[in-house]
Amino acid sequence: MEKTTLDLNSVTVRFAGDSGDGMQLTGSQFTNTTALVGNDLSTLPDFPAEIRAPAGTTYGVSGFQLHFSSEDIHTPGDSPDLLVAMNPAALKVNLHDLKPGATIIVNTNSFDAKNLRLAEYNTNPLEDGSLQGFNVVHVPLTQLTSIALENSGLSAKEIARSKNFFALGMMYWLYSRPIELTLKWVEAKFKDHPQLAAANEKALKSGYYFGENTELFTTRYQVKPAKLQKGIYRNISGNEALALGFITASVKSGLPLFLGSYPITPASDILHELSKHKNFGVITFQAEDEIAAVSAAIGAAFSGALAITTTSGPGLALKTEAIGLAVMTELPIVIIDVQRGGPSTGLPTKTEQSDLMQAMYGRNGEAPIAVIAASSPADCFEVALEASRIAIKYMLPVMFLSDGYIANGSEPWKIPEPDDIPKIEVNFRYAEEDFQPYKRNENLVRPWALPGTPGLMHRIGGLEKANITGNVSYDPENHEFMVRLRAQKVKNIENDIPPLKIIGDEDADLLVVGWGGTYGAITEALENVRRTGKKAAQVHFRYLNPFPKNTGQILKKYKRILCPELNMGQLSKILTSEFNVVIESFTKIQGLPFKTSELMERIEKILGEKNNGRK
Amino acid sequence: MADKVEAKEVKLTAKDFASDQDVRWCPGCGDYSVLAQVQRSFPDLVGIKKEDIVWVSGIGCSSRFPYYMNTYGFHGIHGRAAAIATGVKLANPKLSVWVATGDGDLLSIGGNHFIHACRKNVDLKILLFNNRIYGLTKGQYSPTSEQGKITKTTPYGSVDYPFRAISLALGSRATFIARTLDRDVKHLQAMIKRAAEHKGLAFVEIYQNCVIYNDGAFDIYTNKETKDDHTLYLQHAKPMLFGKNKEKGIKLDGTKLKVININESDNSINDVLVHDEFDESPLYATLLAFMAENSDLPTPVGVFRQVFRLTYDEGVENQIAHIKAKKGEGDLEKFLFSANTWEVN
Ligand code: SF4
Repeated sequence: MEKTTLDLNSVTVRFAGDSGDGMQLTGSQFTNTTALVGNDLSTLPDFPAEIRAPAGTTYGVSGFQLHFSSEDIHTPGDSPDLLVAMNPAALKVNLHDLKPGATIIVNTNSFDAKNLRLAEYNTNPLEDGSLQGFNVVHVPLTQLTSIALENSGLSAKEIARSKNFFALGMMYWLYSRPIELTLKWVEAKFKDHPQLAAANEKALKSGYYFGENTELFTTRYQVKPAKLQKGIYRNISGNEALALGFITASVKSGLPLFLGSYPITPASDILHELSKHKNFGVITFQAEDEIAAVSAAIGAAFSGALAITTTSGPGLALKTEAIGLAVMTELPIVIIDVQRGGPSTGLPTKTEQSDLMQAMYGRNGEAPIAVIAASSPADCFEVALEASRIAIKYMLPVMFLSDGYIANGSEPWKIPEPDDIPKIEVNFRYAEEDFQPYKRNENLVRPWALPGTPGLMHRIGGLEKANITGNVSYDPENHEFMVRLRAQKVKNIENDIPPLKIIGDEDADLLVVGWGGTYGAITEALENVRRTGKKAAQVHFRYLNPFPKNTGQILKKYKRILCPELNMGQLSKILTSEFNVVIESFTKIQGLPFKTSELMERIEKILGEKNNGRK
Repeated sequence: MADKVEAKEVKLTAKDFASDQDVRWCPGCGDYSVLAQVQRSFPDLVGIKKEDIVWVSGIGCSSRFPYYMNTYGFHGIHGRAAAIATGVKLANPKLSVWVATGDGDLLSIGGNHFIHACRKNVDLKILLFNNRIYGLTKGQYSPTSEQGKITKTTPYGSVDYPFRAISLALGSRATFIARTLDRDVKHLQAMIKRAAEHKGLAFVEIYQNCVIYNDGAFDIYTNKETKDDHTLYLQHAKPMLFGKNKEKGIKLDGTKLKVININESDNSINDVLVHDEFDESPLYATLLAFMAENSDLPTPVGVFRQVFRLTYDEGVENQIAHIKAKKGEGDLEKFLFSANTWEVN
């Protein structure tokens, strides 16, 4: 059959099915292949908090969205052009997100009475006309897979489980992607199960050939490679990039990496990843609880390790007191908070930016620490290096804020040449002469003298310390002096970080201010708006404490400031109180990232307002 | 670094371990004795350099201990000493890491860290200053206070049951478990040395008198008049005898322990249980651990049990060495460029 191939610039697809349907795997296979084809891409996995939520239910639906393009993109896409729905529940949950006229590939075999009832459909949407306006492709996926695997020797259950590979093969054909990478993966994964390997290979190929031969598809699509910067790339998720970043920081500082951690969604993958790389001397300590995890990291820092602890909001709350101890003892640790929906257990698998206040202020006493946030999956690599550098150089705790969206999402990452990454300077104290544990250098930083060093025996702890000697001191004046000194030490970091950079039209009236994982959506929204000839400027914070030196000066330049955040306006409040500026807060608290369109709408509304000045 | 000090191989004295800080415990507090015995025994520790010693503590009277030792020290936060110490040890296994802690610090707020440090057999030496009271917060009952204890928070007597620290350590798989008394300086020194020599988690419960809030709590074990009848000194491979003239012995009767008089005609020294520190099964040591609360039996002090297992820190080190040998030392270039890469020209 003659088929046409259509060129597209940009496509968003979503795979959706039961938690047990293997949608995350299907999505990541499609992503890896798409990366190799050379598209720019961004992904958004979305899964329930339950590992295997009851099959067929709407709350058990697991999804994986991927935006790929021949151009530079920043987000996983607002609304899919194509949905693969493995069952009625998946259709129901995802339908309202789709673009008008989007393609829906459904597994018709799963639209039986039981599944329809579980998804709370009164009538079959495939038959009742409710999908009018969409391009619905009816594929009997389960049946086609069982025919393909008839002689595979697998049980009916195992065969049914392979249908995601049939679907993947079909999608590979539809978007003109090679199947080889996934074949290689199957081979490696099922090395010891040749039967399963053969079956998955067969399912994948059958799906691919089905696409080619069926009359259901008359057109296939092609998305040309993106014109990315020259270099060698790999696809990387935020959690992976973060783990790689800390291993690199360990190599670049010459310090062994110590991770104290307690499993928590969505940060556990960092612990998993670092546990694999013991050949870099990484010590991963899976502690009995969050408090032990951070306490052990503090102990390891005392012993001279590059000590970090990974967690999410509820875990950070538990670590609070110990972080204060690190402030008092002036030891370098990095606390990584992969934020999720809160409060309490909240939405473990969903994203949010609601721990900013906790990161900045969530400790007893005056206990400022450095706070720094990553803006995209690949950015986690650099932020890991930067957090390590600051902690070591200034002998203090650094909070690294990530979030569920960038932790699990992925994008192409231009791999840096290790030789181009600067060394992280470490100055352990060895000289006995004049040694005082709390004597300071020009940055107010005390010496890092390790147990095991002759002649430098000293005691540190959580009680207030006299400056210089480090002896316990209850002296009122000393306490005030030390509180201010510790704050000044954090403040001094501002001399050591790049200034805030304005993106877009410096002379615009509107400045959009963001931090962390909203970078992609804000950037894309502003690019779109500016393409229509309107003027707007953007700044995005990596350094949140201290802020870059030119922050106030930039904020004061603009007539209007819009600050989009996935919380109730935490950065807005901080900026307002720090710099005395009027900020319009734009917030969303649904456990989901911003859509580009939501931001565009808001920006355009402001730009369209007649009185475009301050209210 | 080490070669800088080789000239100083002079035998250290107790004074060398005293810091320049004033000791601030109440006059007459049992903590003074522990500090003195530690400072007296440390010069005898073979193969441990002063600069390799780290004292870690939590919060409470006893947790001020590190400030008074001229070694490295870390006065932590309430309950977390064992966790902090674990990090210290893991990041530098050649250090000799000691924990000074109290019954509230270790068994209440820090209970979780204690049992897991025991379970993992982290090579830490934990000295529990058990005074059965909260001292620093001014006299509330603790998890080792006897039931019915009248304190500020239990004016009508406490209704809950105390921990038996030794049996908790046993249940948590600690590899060295001992008990001693603040007032028996020789025994205290001996136990400190035994703990220091043990490779693995060494737990020493010290009955420590708080003169202010729980004075005399352990008097019957140390007082000349009563101690012989109430304190049983455990000695490996020796029959468990006590009493003024060592006339009383412990006999195993079924699964129960009872006291017999070996001078009585029905009994002989052969009926008396012989102490075995190295028994692999924790059952026997558990029987001993339960003696403390049985008013018919004396309270044992000494080494309850010592077994030998790979320590956690050794395990971690070995694994890293093994993986390095297998995969080769980490190569950053190879590492970053691993996975599926593609080139953009
Ligand atoms: S309160 Fe008790 S335990 Fe604390 S220092 Fe005074 S006597 Fe010692």
